Amino acid sequence: MSTAAFKSYRPPVIEPSNEGELLEVAMGPHHPSTHGVFRMDVALDGEIVIKLKPVFGYLHRNHEKIAEKASYLASMPYTDRLDYFCSMTNNWAYAIAVEKLAGIEVPERAQYIRVITAELTRIQNHASAIGFLLQEMGASGTPLMYAFREREKILDIFEELSGSRMMCNYMRFGGCRVELPKDWLEKVAAIVDGLPRFIDEIEALLTGNEILMARTQGVGVLKPDLAVNAGITGPMLRATGVNYDIRKVDRYGIYDRFEFRVPLGDHGDIYDRYMVRVLEMRESVGILRQALKDVPAGPIVDPKQKVRGFRPKPGEAYGRIEGPKGELGFYLISDGSGNPYRYRVRPPSLINLTVLEDMCIGQNVADVVLTFGSVDIVLGEVDR
Amino acid sequence: MKTAEEILAAIKTALPEAKVELVQNPSVSGQHSLVVAPEDGLAVAVFLRDDSELALDFCSNATGVDWLDKETTEKVKATEVVDGEEKVIEKTVKHIQPGYLESVYHLYSMRQKHGPVIFRMRTANRTDQVELPSMTPVWRSCEFQEREIFDLFGIVFKGHPDLRRILMWDEFEDHPMRRDYVDPDDYEYEPTPHDEVLKRAQEHQAQQNEAKQAAEVTQ
Amino acid sequence: MAVEPDLKIELGKQGVFVTTLNELYNWGRRNSVWPMQFGLACCAIEMIATTMARYDLARFGAEVFRPSPRQADLMIISGTVTKKMAPQVVRLYNQMAEPRYVIAMGACAISGGPFKQGYNVLKGIDRYIPVDVHIPGCPPRPEALIHAFMTLQKRIEEQPLTGENRPRHLDADAQGLFPVPEPGAHDLVPPVNRLVWPLPAPKPDATEKQG
Ligand code: SF4
Repeated sequence: MSTAAFKSYRPPVIEPSNEGELLEVAMGPHHPSTHGVFRMDVALDGEIVIKLKPVFGYLHRNHEKIAEKASYLASMPYTDRLDYFCSMTNNWAYAIAVEKLAGIEVPERAQYIRVITAELTRIQNHASAIGFLLQEMGASGTPLMYAFREREKILDIFEELSGSRMMCNYMRFGGCRVELPKDWLEKVAAIVDGLPRFIDEIEALLTGNEILMARTQGVGVLKPDLAVNAGITGPMLRATGVNYDIRKVDRYGIYDRFEFRVPLGDHGDIYDRYMVRVLEMRESVGILRQALKDVPAGPIVDPKQKVRGFRPKPGEAYGRIEGPKGELGFYLISDGSGNPYRYRVRPPSLINLTVLEDMCIGQNVADVVLTFGSVDIVLGEVDR
Repeated sequence: MKTAEEILAAIKTALPEAKVELVQNPSVSGQHSLVVAPEDGLAVAVFLRDDSELALDFCSNATGVDWLDKETTEKVKATEVVDGEEKVIEKTVKHIQPGYLESVYHLYSMRQKHGPVIFRMRTANRTDQVELPSMTPVWRSCEFQEREIFDLFGIVFKGHPDLRRILMWDEFEDHPMRRDYVDPDDYEYEPTPHDEVLKRAQEHQAQQNEAKQAAEVTQ
Repeated sequence: MAVEPDLKIELGKQGVFVTTLNELYNWGRRNSVWPMQFGLACCAIEMIATTMARYDLARFGAEVFRPSPRQADLMIISGTVTKKMAPQVVRLYNQMAEPRYVIAMGACAISGGPFKQGYNVLKGIDRYIPVDVHIPGCPPRPEALIHAFMTLQKRIEEQPLTGENRPRHLDADAQGLFPVPEPGAHDLVPPVNRLVWPLPAPKPDATEKQG
C-alpha cells in the first residue's frame, strides 16, 4: 500500500563554508562535563557545529536482561540504579506498572507517602540539574554547592526512611516497604519550610544573572512540533510551551487531590528549561505542603499482598509516571511465571536526547555542552 | 478516548485494504493492541498520527519482544491396522509454532490527552526474515529506540535513516536481548561463587588444572 | 634509616627537627593527591557529594579534580565498568603519569556488583589494571570514600624509596603500559590481563571434588 506524502522530521543540514577543513572531534566518553560516560562525535566548521552524532552504551548495564531472569520484586532495587538521582520516582513507576499488570490497589497512606517522596525527589533532582548546568557553563562550584547542600538534607530524610541515601528501594507493589520513622513527617515539614528560601537564593543568584542570560537565551532552541514528534517529555517539553504533565493527564496516584500549576515556557531555549525547573520546584513545595497536611493513618501496604511467589496472570501492561526528567514508563509482559517475560524501561533521558543534534547544529561548539547539560540526563538511564 | 475496537473500525473505514487485527490483553490492565501487517505498517501509522480525532502524535515507547518457537504437544487418537486388526492408538504429535520478533509501539496523544494505543508488527520468523518498516519517519522518537531494538533484538528496520548498533560496540555480533542468547563465559573464579557461577568457576578451575599438568609433563 | 620516635620527640623539644628524605618525600606526595575527574555511574554522584561542602575532600589535599589524566595521580573508578568502556579506562590509566594510584569504588568496580550477570559488564576492573584500594558498598557512603582515601595515604606513606618494594615509578624495569583490550565479536579480547589477574593456585580438595 502506498502512502501519500506525510510530514516527517529530520535534523537540519547545513553546508560547510568553503574555508578550511571540517574538524571532527570526539567529545567523550571521558570528558570534563559532569554527566558521565557519553560521547558526541561532532563535526566542526570553525566554531560552528555541522554534525553531531551521540554515541551511547558506555554504561549499558543490561538492566532489562537481568530483570527478565529475576523475579518481579528483585528488579525493584535495580530500578534505583537507573536514574540514580531519583530512585523514589523510579520505584514508583515500576510499582505502578506491576500494579496495573496485576490489579493491585494501594492504600491511602502509602499513596500520600509516595507523593511526598516523589516530590522531594523532584526538587532535589531539579536543584542538582540546575547546579550541573551552571557547572557546565563554567560557574564552577557555587550553584552546585548550594544544590548539594539542599540535596543532602533530603537524602538524610530518605536515609532515615529507607536506610540508604541514594538507593532507597522503598516502594513495593501495593504500597511501601516500611512504616515511617517517628517524627519523620515533622522533619519533612521543617525541610519543606526551608525550601522556598533555598529557591529564592538560587533565583537571586541566577535568574537575573546577565551571564546566564547571555549564554542561555536563544541557545538550544527547540520547536514545540518537533518536540512532540520526537517524544520529548518533562521540563524540556514544557519549556517549549506544550502543556503535558502526566500528573495532570493520567492523574495517577492521588495527584487529582492537589492543586498545582504546570509551568510552561515560551521559547524552548535553555533559559526556559532552567526557569521551568525552578518553577516546578516551587509547585512541588506547594504539593508537599498540601500532602503533609493530611497523611491518613492506616496500613502502608495491603497486608493480603503476597510478597513471595508473586505471579501475575499472563498479559501485559505499560505504566508511566511523570518523573523529574520526563515520562518514565515500564512495559511488562507476564507469561504467568514468577519473572517477567519482557521487561522494558522507557527511558526519558535517552529519548530526550533524540533532538540534541537538532538543537546543536548551527551553534557554537561552546554551546554544545551547555545544551547537552540542559537536557538533564543521567547515563544510567540512557544506557540502562 | 475510543476503545481499541473503535480504533480498529476507524482504521478499517479509512484504509479498507490494511490487514489489522485486534489482540486482546488478558491482563486487568486492559491495554489491547492492534497487530498490523508489516506492509501496511507505515500507512496505518500515518493514519493514526494524522487523523484529527485520534491524533496520536506522541509515540512514547517503542520496543521489541522475542517470541521463541513454541512447541506444543497434542495427543491424537488414530486408528491403524496392526496385524490385520484395527486398533486405536494414541500418538503424541508435536506442533512447532514458529517464533517471531515483534516491535511494539505505545502511542499517546498530546493534543487530545489520551492513550495508550498499542501498535505491534511481527516478523515472519526469527532468523532471516526479520525486516519491519521503520516508524522513525512518522515519529522521530523511535529513532534511538529502533536502533536499540536492532541492536538488542536484531530486527532490521527498513526506512530507518541511521540504523547502527547503539548500545553495544560495532564489532559485536550477537543480539543479546534475544531469549536464546548465550552470554560470554567470563566468570572465572569468584570470591563467593554460587549456583551457575560456581559451576562455571569449577569448569575454569578444571581447565586450569589440566593446563598446569600438561605443562608439568612437558617440562 | 629511621630515627627513633622517642629521640625525635626529644630533639623536637630542643628545637631540632629531624626527618628522613623518605618521610619528607612521602609526606609531600601523600597530601597532594590529585584525583582525576572521572565518573562512571551512580557511585560518581557519591564521589561528587564527597567533594562538596558537607564532606569536603579538600581536607585531605585532594580537592583538585583534574579533567586530564596527564595531570592526575589518582583514578577513582566510581561505578560500573562496562565492556564498552573498559578499553577507555585502561587507556586513561595508561595516560596517567607515574606515580599513579587506583581506587575501585563500589561493588561494580570491584566485581560487577549487582550487574554482575550482565553480558556487557566487566566483572571487576582489576582484571585489567592494578587496584590499590577497594571500597565495598553500593554506593559506598562518602565517609567510605574518605576512609579509602586515608588508607591510600597510609600506603603512600609506607612506600620505601629503594629496595624490592619500591613503587613502580622508581623501578626502571616495571611495567608501565597495560595492554588495552580490543572489542571482539562476543567479548573483549583478551578477557583478562593475566599479569594483574592471575588465576588462583588450584586447591587440591577442589580438584578432588570435581574428579
Ligand atoms: S556499586 Fe552500586 S551504586 Fe556503585 S555504580 Fe555499581 S550499582 Fe551503582
